[in-house]
Amino acid sequence: MKIASKKSNPAGFILADKGIVTDDDRLSLLRRDTVVKPAIFIGTSTCGIVAGALDTLVAVKQYLEEKQIDADVVETGCSGMCINEPVMDVQLPGKQRISFGKVTPQNAGYLLDHILNFTIPTENVIAQYPHGNLQAWEDIRNINEIPFFRFQNRVVLKNCGIIDPSSIEEYKARGGYKSLSRVIMKYSSDKVCEIIEDSGLRGRGGGGFPTGRKWRIALNTPEDERYLICNGDESDPGAFMDRAIFEGDPHKLIEGVIIAAYAIRAKRAYIFLRASYKLAVQRLRQAIKDAAAAGYLGQDIMGSGFNLNIHVREGAGAFVCGEETALIASIEGKRGTPHTRPPYPVTKGLFGKPTVVNNVETLANVPEIIEKGPSWFASIGTATSKGTKVFSLSGKVMYTGMVEVDMGTSFRDIIYAIGGGIKSHKRLKAIQVGGPTGSCLPEDSLDETVDYETLTKAGAMMGSGGIVVMDEDTCMVDIARFFADFLQHESCGKCIPCREGSRRMHEILQNITQRPPNAAGYETLERFKGVMQLENLADVIRDTALCGLGQTAPNPVLSALKYFREEFEEHIFDRHCRSGVCRDLKIYYINVDKCSGCTLCLRKCPTGAIIGSPHTPHFIIEEKCTGCGICFEICKFVAVSVK
Amino acid sequence: MNFPIEVNNKIIIARKGETILEALTRNGLKVPTLCHMTELNPTGSCRMCVVEVEGKANLITACSHPVEEWMKIKTHSPRVVNARKTNVELLLSNHPDDCLYCDRNGNCELQKFAAELNIRERRFTGKKNKYKTDPSGSSIVRDQAKCVLCGRCVRTCDEIMGVSTLGFIGRGNTTIIGPSFNRQLNLSSCIACGQCIMSCPTGALHEKRHSADLQHALHNTEKHVVIQYSPTLSISIGEELGMKPGKDLYGIINAALRKMGFDKIFDAAFAADLYIVELAAEMEKRMRSGGMVPMFSSDCPAWVKHVEQTYPEMIPHLSACKSPQQMFGAIIRSYYTTTFHVDIDNLYTVSAMPCTARKFESKREQMTQKGISDVDAVLTTREFNQFIRLNGIDTHQLEPEISDSPFHVQSSAGKLMGATGGLTEALIRTLYSRLAGKEIAQPKITEVRNVKDYKEYYMKIGEFKLGFAIVNSVKYAEKIINEIKAGRDDIHFVEVVACPGGCVNGGGQPFSNDQNIAKARIKSIYDNDEKDPIRFAHKNPAILDLYREYLGQPGGEKSESLLYTTYSKREVSL
Repeated sequence: MKIASKKSNPAGFILADKGIVTDDDRLSLLRRDTVVKPAIFIGTSTCGIVAGALDTLVAVKQYLEEKQIDADVVETGCSGMCINEPVMDVQLPGKQRISFGKVTPQNAGYLLDHILNFTIPTENVIAQYPHGNLQAWEDIRNINEIPFFRFQNRVVLKNCGIIDPSSIEEYKARGGYKSLSRVIMKYSSDKVCEIIEDSGLRGRGGGGFPTGRKWRIALNTPEDERYLICNGDESDPGAFMDRAIFEGDPHKLIEGVIIAAYAIRAKRAYIFLRASYKLAVQRLRQAIKDAAAAGYLGQDIMGSGFNLNIHVREGAGAFVCGEETALIASIEGKRGTPHTRPPYPVTKGLFGKPTVVNNVETLANVPEIIEKGPSWFASIGTATSKGTKVFSLSGKVMYTGMVEVDMGTSFRDIIYAIGGGIKSHKRLKAIQVGGPTGSCLPEDSLDETVDYETLTKAGAMMGSGGIVVMDEDTCMVDIARFFADFLQHESCGKCIPCREGSRRMHEILQNITQRPPNAAGYETLERFKGVMQLENLADVIRDTALCGLGQTAPNPVLSALKYFREEFEEHIFDRHCRSGVCRDLKIYYINVDKCSGCTLCLRKCPTGAIIGSPHTPHFIIEEKCTGCGICFEICKFVAVSVK
Repeated sequence: MNFPIEVNNKIIIARKGETILEALTRNGLKVPTLCHMTELNPTGSCRMCVVEVEGKANLITACSHPVEEWMKIKTHSPRVVNARKTNVELLLSNHPDDCLYCDRNGNCELQKFAAELNIRERRFTGKKNKYKTDPSGSSIVRDQAKCVLCGRCVRTCDEIMGVSTLGFIGRGNTTIIGPSFNRQLNLSSCIACGQCIMSCPTGALHEKRHSADLQHALHNTEKHVVIQYSPTLSISIGEELGMKPGKDLYGIINAALRKMGFDKIFDAAFAADLYIVELAAEMEKRMRSGGMVPMFSSDCPAWVKHVEQTYPEMIPHLSACKSPQQMFGAIIRSYYTTTFHVDIDNLYTVSAMPCTARKFESKREQMTQKGISDVDAVLTTREFNQFIRLNGIDTHQLEPEISDSPFHVQSSAGKLMGATGGLTEALIRTLYSRLAGKEIAQPKITEVRNVKDYKEYYMKIGEFKLGFAIVNSVKYAEKIINEIKAGRDDIHFVEVVACPGGCVNGGGQPFSNDQNIAKARIKSIYDNDEKDPIRFAHKNPAILDLYREYLGQPGGEKSESLLYTTYSKREVSL
């Protein structure tokens, strides 16, 4: 087998000898318009690591060592196609970059054997990245031809999964920090605010407040000091866009932060992210250090007299710290609890000074807007919602991952065109949008589009940007209970409606989905009364809670009640869970014909609910049965059935 | 700037910059509040003051929202009332439901809300948090189960007292309030001032009760029960009997106590006179012999504990004099028992004070003789009121009587100690006489008669130019202490009272929402001073008798052994 090695450099790798002479050469190398030796890219974001990317990385390095091949091994961020992790891209001199999915230590060698010899392995190939000057691989799709990417418009995620996030040079080679230079050299703070206002950019965190207007309010508040905070406290289950940006393209965010700080004349910016995002913290800190070394941070940035320092604050992971006033309290070193507004942070925030709190994605959009102009940005999306939005697509969908689509794209396109539809050809039941305080939308909302107004009208919110797809195996009452449980744990405990109300909401739902320990005659009535209370309770919590978390906490419950009421009624009156999720509602019985009387189930039943003597059919006493399903699982004769 | 706003379809005039709540209150519209504390910034945690404002999607809190010109407000619409009611019901769903057994029964804000909102059914039932009470403190008992987490005690302790013992612990529906690391109160930095009790809307905080013990002693024929009551009491119990705040019931208390069967009734204003005489003697000694100046006052036990734990290096500055309560306790146990041939083993001394820290003080190791405390029980004003009711005394039918001899005369100087600045004023009167050899021409010193947080007063007495610092609440002591440490030497006496306003606003006083009540009591003290024939502690004939017959001279050997105490550094979890 012919393998390229250091000693015998085959004809394909000729560029190595040409040497680098000009800046253009250097930049094109950094952009990987061409490579002088094979470059192997491995996605080592958290999602990749979880899938085993570090093992793959070790295996690849070992392979190269053994075969004595001189190649660049580059760790990249996540391209968004989480389903294919660990992802390995290979770019050979003169050839287009090609991407492989599900690369394990076991098959890495096999894949490399093939590709380094310019042959295409039969499996694991995802696509190739088209490039005008490079030779394409035959019979391989271009990356933007596969449905997952075809319908996406990657603005924020442009570089994620492609570049080496630890290299500021690579980011710069792709046009990074150009926007910052332009802003600092050409624009006044006022002008920057104006550009962002014109672009129509709105906050990606939840409320959708116009970003430019927020900056201007802060800028116009007379104070000696202002602060910028980047809110990266992404705590929603099923949301990972911010993490992808931190890990995949940290410099883009930093550039956005610097521009925003310049726009509001802040001397100090904070980036707040979860301490549990270890890799993100590490890459972000490194990137800040590199940016400072390159002169983009610190004193007198690019000779403009503008000073800025970025501080990274690691949050302990409280969900409520994503709420801006709680986040500010946390940065100040106090308990992470929200406080009343007004005064709004933009006039009186961190340490009592005007403070702009922006979401990670919002800030990551800024360099692009500066580069391509506000009218370009305003041309994307709908009348009121401009630009693109990154969603974390998860749940029972074929291709889970991170997708960036134009505002105004329909859920149908996201779930079916990009996500490839529902797994195992089941039916879609609900779409959960906006994280734990978002809403569950029914199937007929599929043609709703993702923009601020439509989502608000549908009782959902842009919120975190998580889309969880649920199929018919999901019990909506149980989902409502799950989110109520999540929120009662994440309530900060400051205001009464959220602290006490979320717990009662959870208990009411628990009563519906579970079997009460002492079943009494009036229990149906109690459950029914519970649901009656539930709506009132949810309304009061929404009406009176102190912060955004509390006010939106009843959303999952209210939306489930609105769209899936019949499921609640089934649970209450028929004690039946149509998707079979609510374990307590399952009624097990033993098929007399099939039971051989082996006594196995009788012995294993934890509550002694099964009676019978050896060699005669057994019976389950319904009142004693907790529905654990052990008998069902262990019966060798398939005699136990569920009603 | 004033502008009209619409409230409940009627026009009221609001002022620019005030909150909705302030505008409503000024116009006579009452919106219920729970976490709200006038003077402090709103936290908006209880959501009781929510109102409906046209154009706002959610209800907004009146306490925190500034009033704006376009506002159309509904304060009691069905939506608002339902929201308030639901929130109170939610609180009740996690409340012990044992009002009849509660310390605050009949005097509880939560109970009041439940009644006002007509809550007649338990709509929300579910798990309740279970907590144990913390009876470890010698003055204050905490019952977390009854806590509604309004945070008033936390803010009082932190923002008003500057002690910061209490804080929130944990999150969500398992949040609790407690001292640092959730340790017991007796190990904490609590100074037992009791202001948290005053701010608590429910029975989550209350004083450690001594009244049951007293009732036993009172009805034990072998026991000789002696009571000393603070002069502040006589101007504080009137309101509960339906009288004007500050009304002096001096003689009535004596009559009531006598009716209950106390063997001897003494007004602690006598001990206050004794304290002032001793303090002046100590002060003179320190001035003349180059002792540690400035001297810190030592009458407030909460302040003394604060020094012991927070500024142990300042302990030498503290006056060695026991507080009036403990001086009286010591005099009763020694002089009184020998003179009146009372069996010391059967003596039971009670003190009734507007203070919770006095309970702690009576249990201090230094305040005991042979292991027995000089003061056996301490009642707060609240307990005292209750004790009168318990014993079925109808105060309306009593005629004033005088307290018992030999301590039946009190000067008005000692009574000044109920208000901040009062001790300094009384001390100056006696000190003047000692240092200048003549009486002060104008005993009324207007400059020290106000409730400012911190004030200084300079006076030339004889050869000395003396500086007095008056600190109103321990929170403001830090500044002067740091200045003294930095070498400031023009201050010779520092008076500190832990509670803002002085003992009239002590932690043992009756609960009240009236902000002006402390002022009325202070006014009563000063009015009394104007008309009292004896305005100098050292002119009190009973005091002079006591020195002649027993103590010798102020600051003498006997005084030192009986009336002086020591202090030691305290290790607490700060």
